[in-house]
Amino acid sequence: MNRPSLKIFLIPRSFEYASPTSLEEAFSYLDEYGQDSKILAGGQSLIPLMKLRLASPKYVIDINRIPDLDYIRENNGWIEVGALTRHHAIETSQLLKRRVPIMPEAAAMIGDPQIRNNGTIGGALVHADPSADWGAVIMALRAELRMVSSAGERMVESDKFFVDTLAAATKRNEILTGIKFQVMEKSGSSYVKLERKTQDFATVGVAAQIALNDFGACESVGIGLASVASTSIRASKAEEVLAGKELTKAAIEEAAIVASNECSPSDDVLRGSARYKRAMVKVLTERALTHAVSRVKKEM
Amino acid sequence: MSQVFGSRVRRREDPRFITGHGHFTEDFTVPKMASAVFVRSPYAHAKIKSIHTEKARAQPGVIAVFIGKDTESKLAAVPTAWPVTNGNLKTTKYFPIAIDKVRYVGDPVAVVVAQSQSEALDAAELVEVDYEPLPVVVDSEKAVAAGAPLLYEDVPNNIALDWKVSGGDIEKAFREAEVVVNQRIVNQRLLPTAIETRGASADYDLGSGQLTIWMTSQNPHVHRFLISAITGVPETKLRIVSTDVGGGFGSKLPCFGGEAVVAWLAKTLRMPVKWIEDRRENYVATNHGRDHVEYVELAAKRDGTILGLRVKTYANLGAWLSTAGPGVPTILFALILSGPYKIPAVACEVIGVLTNTTAVDTYRGAGRPEATLIIERAVDMLAQKIGMDPAEVRMKNFIPESEFPANVPTGLSYDSGNYAGAMRKALGMVNYENFRAEQAKARAEGKLLGLGISSYVEICGLGPSSVVRSTGFGLGLWESTTVRVHPSGKVTVFTGANPHGQGEETTFAQIVVEELGVKLDDVEIIHGDTDRIAFGMGTYGSRATPVAGASLAVSSRKILEKAKKIAAHLIEARPEDVVMENGRFHVRGSKEPSKGWGDVAYAAYGAGSNEIPKGMEPGLEDITFYDPVNFVFPFGTHICIVEVSRQTGEVKIKRYVAVDDCGRQINPMLVEGQIHGGITQGISQALWEECVYDQDGNLITGSLVDYAVPTAVEVPHYELSHTVTPSPHNPIGVKGIGEAGTIAATPAVVNAVVDALSHLGVTHIDMPLRSDKIWEILEEKGAAQ
Amino acid sequence: MDRISKQKRIRVNVNGKQYAEDVEARMPLVYFLRERLGLTGTHVGCDTTNCGACTVIVDDRSVKSCTMFAVQADGARILTIEGLAENDGKLHPIQEEFWNNHGLQCGFCTPGFIMQAYWLLKENPNPSEDEVRRGISGNLCRCTGYQNIVKAIMEASKTRIEVPATM
Repeated sequence: MNRPSLKIFLIPRSFEYASPTSLEEAFSYLDEYGQDSKILAGGQSLIPLMKLRLASPKYVIDINRIPDLDYIRENNGWIEVGALTRHHAIETSQLLKRRVPIMPEAAAMIGDPQIRNNGTIGGALVHADPSADWGAVIMALRAELRMVSSAGERMVESDKFFVDTLAAATKRNEILTGIKFQVMEKSGSSYVKLERKTQDFATVGVAAQIALNDFGACESVGIGLASVASTSIRASKAEEVLAGKELTKAAIEEAAIVASNECSPSDDVLRGSARYKRAMVKVLTERALTHAVSRVKKEM
Repeated sequence: MSQVFGSRVRRREDPRFITGHGHFTEDFTVPKMASAVFVRSPYAHAKIKSIHTEKARAQPGVIAVFIGKDTESKLAAVPTAWPVTNGNLKTTKYFPIAIDKVRYVGDPVAVVVAQSQSEALDAAELVEVDYEPLPVVVDSEKAVAAGAPLLYEDVPNNIALDWKVSGGDIEKAFREAEVVVNQRIVNQRLLPTAIETRGASADYDLGSGQLTIWMTSQNPHVHRFLISAITGVPETKLRIVSTDVGGGFGSKLPCFGGEAVVAWLAKTLRMPVKWIEDRRENYVATNHGRDHVEYVELAAKRDGTILGLRVKTYANLGAWLSTAGPGVPTILFALILSGPYKIPAVACEVIGVLTNTTAVDTYRGAGRPEATLIIERAVDMLAQKIGMDPAEVRMKNFIPESEFPANVPTGLSYDSGNYAGAMRKALGMVNYENFRAEQAKARAEGKLLGLGISSYVEICGLGPSSVVRSTGFGLGLWESTTVRVHPSGKVTVFTGANPHGQGEETTFAQIVVEELGVKLDDVEIIHGDTDRIAFGMGTYGSRATPVAGASLAVSSRKILEKAKKIAAHLIEARPEDVVMENGRFHVRGSKEPSKGWGDVAYAAYGAGSNEIPKGMEPGLEDITFYDPVNFVFPFGTHICIVEVSRQTGEVKIKRYVAVDDCGRQINPMLVEGQIHGGITQGISQALWEECVYDQDGNLITGSLVDYAVPTAVEVPHYELSHTVTPSPHNPIGVKGIGEAGTIAATPAVVNAVVDALSHLGVTHIDMPLRSDKIWEILEEKGAAQ
Repeated sequence: MDRISKQKRIRVNVNGKQYAEDVEARMPLVYFLRERLGLTGTHVGCDTTNCGACTVIVDDRSVKSCTMFAVQADGARILTIEGLAENDGKLHPIQEEFWNNHGLQCGFCTPGFIMQAYWLLKENPNPSEDEVRRGISGNLCRCTGYQNIVKAIMEASKTRIEVPATM
């Protein structure tokens, strides 16, 4: 019987490399090499895989030199974040700290400082690891993702972006260029993560975003979950529990219980059983919602 | 006595490391150095049916590909250098490259040599191996059961050793027991994880036939001896250089075979060859640590007096008997089981088991953490059972200060100790009396607060040669030192110790300053090059200070004696009237006339009739092989306070206090550093680390992504204090401290977490104390929130 | 417009010196620094981007040079441990404080920590102890238990830090 020998992981298989300086140039490579190519953004997910030789693209298209893909801005109540924005920039953004605290909060928990310096939100999203943090966050924010190719542009809702473990709804010749989402008045958000230690993947991660109406009841709510399904997921049933209601401790608890039941975690021999993860979804959802609510109250 | 000994001198080795000019193994390079990559088995147990290397050999840049059949007649089996006596020890033949069978995931089956690392990696992927998988067993208790897969034909039930030790009347102890504590304790397997992985570069000189190997070693001469045995290259033609080593913790002590292959490649191919492990390779190819299953019984009286301790241990040795493997769970473990307590009877049986896993060998503490966990858990369980305070139970049973040297039932004689003194100090630091009230208040508020005590004594400063040889250890555990005074009066010390972080380039210089009165900057400490240094046994087992340091002191004193005679001759005094003070030799009571080291040394090499006494040999150099008369026994008490989250089961260390006694301290700053690092590894075993295999023998924790080594965020701040109880038999009164932190810390943390949950009826939890594990217990007890 | 190819000629400024080298695209930056330029102070300790022993500064960002290709650094300014001390050998305050506070034992992880501390103190010149611990959470040390490393960085933060002449 043949099984590949245990491998040494230092240097990837050979590949051809290009670093286009415009989107058009990048598209020309992607259109030509499609299936055999991979986009290199921060590289913090892709390069380790290539060193493991689990990913051995023949062509690597480095998009880091394409201008105007690294931005954090507000536009008429919409926040826009470019795909090449480094986690560190998000972590330290004063704009985001003020308007969407969940983003700097989540960014600060990704990997470690060096990874955050190179890693990008776009790269992380396209990598689509269900244990990663951004997926849950953008779902809670109901963000839209802009996919661009030589054929044009399309917007994908975050709900539809994650297809399967490590599989995003991107076509081979497309580039994710940015995300955008609306921030309402009287809104608060928070990301809570349980991990064995710093640098580890989330055992469980919960992102929560709420906006209150003029009567103090829940105008909108978004809850995203990390590490408890084959992809990042939205706890939409939990959201329904809170819609239009006052966000009391009891209501939050009820929603948290629903969230814990609507996910499908699996046993992890190192990080905990499915049962534990479900219980932690409840605990973390309560914490995330409570914190989000307190952030609204602070603003009001 | 100089002021330098005992002072917080900053380290002399640091300048090269903080500027990036260290010379670690991976930094050595010679022109046209080829790169070697090992092809390793993905199966934990399989027959090798065939290996095809044609595709690999055809790759660009490939120089050669060798398999086990090629090296079978060229490379001998890797020796077990500690074949423990009195244990019915079986032998296992383990070859540097597997020949017809693989027995663990990672077992090497071929080696590829190419001009560059990337070419070697590319070619290694193309080596085709046809395996016939065999049934796998990874668990020690399963491996000894009837019908378990057999690793070696001549090792029935995979039992490689069955060893016993006992002292006192254990039957009587259990007959008279009023209370018996019974517990199965798992001491989980760990991965040493020195940040520098293992590796070797070898260069063969075509002219002289000299083979030089730069490698990661804690004991270069021992490696030279063993690699010579494996490759057939005589010791006289073999030079090993291992000066800067990036951490060892015991994992660079054993001889694994990889380095011998690299040496053989360099000689056979007549070109320099380099091989450096990556981390995944390190995790399968370098030894693991611990992996005991202990069945513990403690007999005691209701008043807390301990009568006896009986232990049966299943020690998982892995797939082959590694260099020191058999000695770790026997000699270094069982002999210290009674800890700091006066226990009249001790009995231990150790079953050493072979399984389809990486070999287990020395890892920081090597046997003593396993022993200390047993006794410290058992004492706490006893306290819980009889409703007595755990500090009080300990105090009651400590060997009193007046009874040293203390003979224990296993045959050891502890040199000195003041266990109650260290304990009292530690209890004072945490304000112990108030803690129980604080804990009661916390419990009333629904909080889970716990305090764990760990009182330890450990056996280190390995060790008296007659004793270790009688246990089967391959060589004596003396240490060599050459002290060479140059004609200018400056001093070079060649030590057989091989520090890899412990700081002996500094502390040994401090010893020389204390003994000889020379200036610190005039002393050079050389280690790690077998061409420059007489045979040395290396650094592990907390022996650098008590054995190599003592060796240095003894050698220095011999130098001083000769120097005094020369000085006396120079100032025309009687040698018995001459003293050396602050580096000057003069007649006692009269500062002048005096001579300095420069004068004396120059005279030694001048050797004229007015320079050295008639009949004296010229020169001023000494070589000493110091053989300690006993081990040394550092001790102390650590206390850990934790809070456990009822919501998530997470354990947070709120305070960590350590009182340690390693006798006289040469450099307190370095002692603290050793304790910080040691405690961290001990806590890490308690809370985070576990080396996990699945039932097919795949290493699940195969990288740093999954094997949880803590970062600065997880590690708490430590509060250290110490007592000083010198070792009476040691020439400088010192004991070792390198492993004590690890030995003490693990039980302190476990005891603390159990204490936090004891009111719920919890009596023991196996490590690591992961949040999910704790939460499941809280759920079961109805205490989760 | 760049060609797509397996090799590329890159131009980098490392510790103040200009280099032009042909490299395979797949060569990680850490091997370029160590083997091509002979700067062996930056070390390799793992293969999964965890240990941080390979940390260097690329264009004002601390990065793990094992998780970056040398070709990505074309045109960049790189600072490694060898470039931190001044040309006359005067140590950077971070180096000095690591030395004063016994912030290293075996020394293997040390260059990575020092470079990360360099970046950290530029970002946050007056960190709290918690901020320091978080700031070095991408670097693993097995010898020291971190306590003296944290102390060294806190002490260094009290010294006014100058940008080295090599940048």
